[in-house]
Amino acid sequence: MIAAAAFYLFAAVLIASAVMVVTSRNPVHSVLFLILAFFNAAALFLLAGAEFLAMILVIVYVGAVAVLFLFVVMMLDVDFSALREGFQRYAPVGGAVGLVLFAELVFVFGSWSFADDVGGLRLNPTPEGVDNTRAIGRILYTDHVWLFQLSGLILLVAMIGAIVLTLRGRPASKRQDIGAQVARSGSVNLRQVRPGAGLGEIGIERPPVEAPKPVKQVEHHGHDHGGHH
Amino acid sequence: MNWTLALPEIVLGISGLLILAGGVIPKKDSFFPVSMAVIGALVLTAALVLGQGEGTAFMGQYVSDGFSRFAKVLILAGAALALVLALDFNAKAGLDRFEYAVLMLFAAQGMMVMVSANDLMSLYIGLELLSLSLYVIAAFDRDNARSAEAGLKYFVLGALASGLLLYGSSLVYGFAGTTNFDRLADALSSGQVGMGLVIGLVFVLAGLCFKISAVPFHMWTPDVYEGAPTPVTAFFATAPKIAAIALLMRVLAGPFGDLSAQWQQVIWFASAGSMLLGAFAALTQKNIKRLMAYSSIGHVGYALMGLAVATDGGFRGVLVYMAIYLVMNLGTFAVLVAMRRNGKTLEQVDDLAGLGRTDPQMALWMAIFMFSMAGVPPMAGFFGKLYVFLAAVQEGFWVLALIGVFTSVVGSYYYLRIIKVMYFDAAQAPLDPRSAGVTVVMAGTGLLTLLFFLFPAPIIAAAQSAIVALAG
Repeated sequence: MIAAAAFYLFAAVLIASAVMVVTSRNPVHSVLFLILAFFNAAALFLLAGAEFLAMILVIVYVGAVAVLFLFVVMMLDVDFSALREGFQRYAPVGGAVGLVLFAELVFVFGSWSFADDVGGLRLNPTPEGVDNTRAIGRILYTDHVWLFQLSGLILLVAMIGAIVLTLRGRPASKRQDIGAQVARSGSVNLRQVRPGAGLGEIGIERPPVEAPKPVKQVEHHGHDHGGHH
Repeated sequence: MNWTLALPEIVLGISGLLILAGGVIPKKDSFFPVSMAVIGALVLTAALVLGQGEGTAFMGQYVSDGFSRFAKVLILAGAALALVLALDFNAKAGLDRFEYAVLMLFAAQGMMVMVSANDLMSLYIGLELLSLSLYVIAAFDRDNARSAEAGLKYFVLGALASGLLLYGSSLVYGFAGTTNFDRLADALSSGQVGMGLVIGLVFVLAGLCFKISAVPFHMWTPDVYEGAPTPVTAFFATAPKIAAIALLMRVLAGPFGDLSAQWQQVIWFASAGSMLLGAFAALTQKNIKRLMAYSSIGHVGYALMGLAVATDGGFRGVLVYMAIYLVMNLGTFAVLVAMRRNGKTLEQVDDLAGLGRTDPQMALWMAIFMFSMAGVPPMAGFFGKLYVFLAAVQEGFWVLALIGVFTSVVGSYYYLRIIKVMYFDAAQAPLDPRSAGVTVVMAGTGLLTLLFFLFPAPIIAAAQSAIVALAG
């Protein structure tokens, strides 16, 4: 009874927030409604006994994907009204395509039938006596650990590839190269300085530079400057 | 859970991760030490493969038998030698980033998973691990437009092929109810199967034919081979071909062995088409890397002839052919990698003019490889062709065998033309001195190609025991 009431509550909120995702004018509101929809879907999963999927939905979709969406929407200045332009014009075509797809789905499901022993023929039937987190863990990390680890390697290769093909060291950036500094000779030397001696007393040692260019007449410049006043 | 059976793959994967970390941490460029470490890891893995036991592991997703050992040793040798060829070339071409070696290691890992696949899922995962690494190293010379184009083209077409393969796999799974090769073989043992499964099989074949660049799916090969840096092309033309052919053999001889009447026609067509296209399209090529691309298409056609026969003799012919193909192709690409004058890489056939006078040693090896590719008798290439033709004739595949003989004759024109250019054309300025590693690869593979006829027994016997494992 309570479960049924909860189901209808969560389902209603889910559908309402999904509608709001599509219809709300402000894209930030859309993303926030999307997060609400995810939470309600997670609650529905909980009601169905799939607690692992519920947690994953919250952690992955709300925690990572939706927040990323939010950042993208707020950072990028996307003109959503321009994207909606021409809705009237393309609505009939889109509607027709949707209708065809819907009709195909109806045909498929109309003639769909399962074999009598389909439950026993499934590759991974739901195991008895374990909760589904453990069951999923068993499939991923025990039965298919070979494929799981290799998929990890594929993702690693994709990451290496992205870095290799795009990352460039910036030649303009200045970095401290300690080896070069230590190996430098001639232009730098060590000398004893009396404590408390200022630069004015001991002088600054610099590599010899060519004579500075004659400074333009400062007085003249100052005079001009004064003239403006 | 018999995971120790997969020790070679596990060791290779973990050493790949360690080498990657070892290459990232130091600030300095570490191409050479990382490459050496990768070669060491490949050799270590090959040693482990030689001592590997037999059986299945990981819920039947992984199988180790004589066939997988034979293919893995060839693959690891090919990958290690291709990396040796890259050492000097990459340093001179400014491609000496350590990720190159690491990606080759992961490509080798993917190939090993492929030849050990006993399930459509591990087949796909291995294939994808290989392909992804290959896409990246094809575009490794990222500032060169042709290399970037090669990588992108290979990526887009490879993704399409993966899609075909997955679609076929899903159909097979849907109609047979399992993805495991052993159970598929049980399910199909009656020979009576639905149309859906045959369609799935054809899609799987299409995806795999793309990877070996057999004829209706060969279009990417010349562009990718030409655009990619030469050591990358050397790698593409050798180890991945062997892995994909081995995978094709395992799929066709294992789970779909009872459907041979269905797939023989497909392979027959791919074989004949590849031989014809490889022979005729190469005739007018001026760029030697494009020429080698068409040549590799032709060679795949000869190998598929043995597969089309679908007998143990034919399968054995394929394995011997691929082993010889690996050796002579690596040698040829060692010569191509050494083609460099005043620091610039050369890719035209005419750039070899007069090599017989300016560099007689390299010209001699190149002549041996070209004679072998053409199938002139004492060389190894002749025996490779002999075994597949013999199997085809014994089983009455006369048309295919005649096409093979005909295309061999046509093909010898462009192989012999290279020899003519080297020995009879006016000499050009000598090439830059080549590195010791390239010379070693050239001489080693050259000696194997030249002297194969003295000791063919070990390779034939190894191929025979591999086939026994595959069929039994």
